Amino acid sequence: MNAFKDAGHLFRFAGLFVLAFVVFLLIRGYVVPKSFGQYGHYRGAAIAEIGARPVKYAGHEACETCHTDQANAKSKGKHAHVNCEACHGALAKHADDPAAVTPVKPDSAVLCARCHTATAAKPKGFPQVNPADHSNGVPCATCHQPHNPAIADAGGAK
Amino acid sequence: MTGVEGFMYPNEVGLQWSVLIVLYPFITGLVAGAFILASLERVFHVEAVKPTYRLALLTALAFLIVAPLPLQLHLGHPERSPEMYFTPHSTSAMAMFGYVYLWYLMAVLVFEIWLDYRKDIVLLSQSSKGLLKVMYKVMSLGSDNISPRALHIDEKVGWIVTLIGIPSAFLLHGYVGFIFGSIKANPWWSSPLMPVVFIFSAMVSGIAGVMLIYMATTKLRGRTIDMRCVDTIAMYLFYIFIIDFSLEMLDLIHRIYEADESFRSLDFMVHTQLYIPHIVIQIILGTVTPLVLLFVTQVVKLPEQIRKRIYVISGCLALMGIFAMRWNVVIGGQLFSKSFLGYTTYKMTLVTREGSLVAIGLSILPLFILWALIKLLPPWATEPPTHTAAAD
Amino acid sequence: MNLSRRHFLVLAPAAAIAWKAVLAGTPEQAENYKMSEHWWGMLIDDPKCIGCGNCVKACATENDVPDGYFRTWVERYHVEDEDMTNPQVISPDGGKEGFPVAAEDAGKYFFVPKMCNHCSDSPCTQVCPVGATFVSPDGVVLVDPKYCLGCAYCVQACPYGCRYIHPEKKTVDKCTLCYHRITKGLTTACCESCPTGARQLVDLKNPKDPIHEFLKTHPAQVLKPQMATGAKAYYNGLDGSVR
Repeated sequence: MNAFKDAGHLFRFAGLFVLAFVVFLLIRGYVVPKSFGQYGHYRGAAIAEIGARPVKYAGHEACETCHTDQANAKSKGKHAHVNCEACHGALAKHADDPAAVTPVKPDSAVLCARCHTATAAKPKGFPQVNPADHSNGVPCATCHQPHNPAIADAGGAK
Repeated sequence: MTGVEGFMYPNEVGLQWSVLIVLYPFITGLVAGAFILASLERVFHVEAVKPTYRLALLTALAFLIVAPLPLQLHLGHPERSPEMYFTPHSTSAMAMFGYVYLWYLMAVLVFEIWLDYRKDIVLLSQSSKGLLKVMYKVMSLGSDNISPRALHIDEKVGWIVTLIGIPSAFLLHGYVGFIFGSIKANPWWSSPLMPVVFIFSAMVSGIAGVMLIYMATTKLRGRTIDMRCVDTIAMYLFYIFIIDFSLEMLDLIHRIYEADESFRSLDFMVHTQLYIPHIVIQIILGTVTPLVLLFVTQVVKLPEQIRKRIYVISGCLALMGIFAMRWNVVIGGQLFSKSFLGYTTYKMTLVTREGSLVAIGLSILPLFILWALIKLLPPWATEPPTHTAAAD
Repeated sequence: MNLSRRHFLVLAPAAAIAWKAVLAGTPEQAENYKMSEHWWGMLIDDPKCIGCGNCVKACATENDVPDGYFRTWVERYHVEDEDMTNPQVISPDGGKEGFPVAAEDAGKYFFVPKMCNHCSDSPCTQVCPVGATFVSPDGVVLVDPKYCLGCAYCVQACPYGCRYIHPEKKTVDKCTLCYHRITKGLTTACCESCPTGARQLVDLKNPKDPIHEFLKTHPAQVLKPQMATGAKAYYNGLDGSVR
């Protein structure tokens, strides 16, 4: 009994620990987000939040629902697999409300050169030209229809 | 965004971990080392180092209080750091920090200091006045039982706490090494030797630190330095230093011999950007020089005055070397690209949140805390400055 | 790619109606999308990459990626004198504006698009101290910006350099595989804007996904396989000098 009394101060110290631990558990229960651990060791709600971020590229299917002419023209040519927004840029706002944003027609001198400027680094089979030599400054669209770039007479642009 | 040589992945150009993260393992290293020095007396009954026992404990506490500050300052969202306690991720070495830290701070250091000082606290609470009296009362937890039996129990419990404290100190610092050693993406860090090297270098820095603090405080109080004590500390410093150096060299030789895919990149770095901090400061000045100096004191019988000077010089060099080691690990590990094709540079800023002024402030702060702790809990028994030897 | 056009013809009327839901945000995801039915990855058909930088631009636009940081980027490799251990690599501004013209007959050149590999044994999520980054049930490595401390440990742990600290948010940021798009039936912004089909979103749990046939018939590889990260960005025709 005496030993117990002489160790009393130790129990006070231990008491502090227990108290701190209880306080910790109380705060923890209050602070940890509700969805934490729903799927794993993270805030489950974060998944839906990330999924809810706004879309800026509408995707070609949205474009094609209205622009059937262009889609048809494109589907016949070499650019069939190039999606609309690869050249026209992000246009979800336009898809949502066509009046809200009027897409700007891309400058073919810049746009075409971006992919088709000749460089040894590009895959050999990819059609590429030196823009300066190729057209002597004549805009690309003069000869090539961007949605179906092959020149009919020549049987395809190389 | 400074100079890049060769190719870095574009997100790698700026360093993620700054000088503050260098400071963090340096400070925890001092804590672990100081505690292990204290445990020499307590557990292993090395009577000679007794004058430093309480001082070592207070030093460890002072540095441990500061240890999380550089981390806090480095975080993008310091206010979220409690998440580390609320939802610690079991697979993360870093998540352990909060718990190991608290365990070490409260269950080991504070408890041991409290047990050891309980008699003093009770006596001080009776002799002091005003606010100080209240503080001592609170610190005594309202118990003034200092009967021989109670003190005997304290002694027994304190011994057990120290016994638990040694592996805890290893854990505290070993896991800091593991934080780096477990990153497989970074070959400069990824090594199973990392925690061991960290522990031994921690012991070196802690022992050197306490030795210097002991010598400085004794000098400041106008007492004579207990040479038997300092000689013993220097001896332990020497032996542990040898182990530390061997481990680091083992790591180095292993890397050079294996020469894996990262070697060319790391080798280039050590010969250019890291040459001064790694080869010159860490290895030559910070390790080999103090080792040679300490070796001389071990084999040649030198007069007291020269021994003291050698101890001070090698202690300072050792601290510098260990700091350089932390620097080379933390900063060096981020200077090369994980593509092994290029290097970036680190330029310390002066007055930003992670700048050098903050780093200097954080390294001085523990000394102020130590000063306050010494005032509050004098580690030496003789308060009136009349007697000679300082011992308890 | 023909596949998607057929899709369009079948889905056209439905697609128009679904579009409103796409813009509205979550509802569609909550109703039609089941996480347990997907396991997302990416196919990078490397020889098709022309280094135009469209993907980098699209990614930056779609995800508001801050300047100087990249969720995806393109590297140009130059292997001179058959020295595969010493490739000359460049990625000016992540390749966003394309690359300088390369000289003829000066060795081998090629482009490599890089992005988060959405590893299934990801070293980055392993080290997160609080559970702020994770592999979602559908196999996408995501960051919870409301929970991230900004300790940057995951940045250190990623062997591919795909993560960065967002300079304003001070939390970690990375590729989400356009999670807000793929859960609504769209493809990622980079895939949508790639003119050559060098990037394709793949769903490894969908038995009809062409990826299964592709992987059976092509020599595909993941980046740094020695890291054993369970990377799900499959590279077709990857050169041995790529790191």
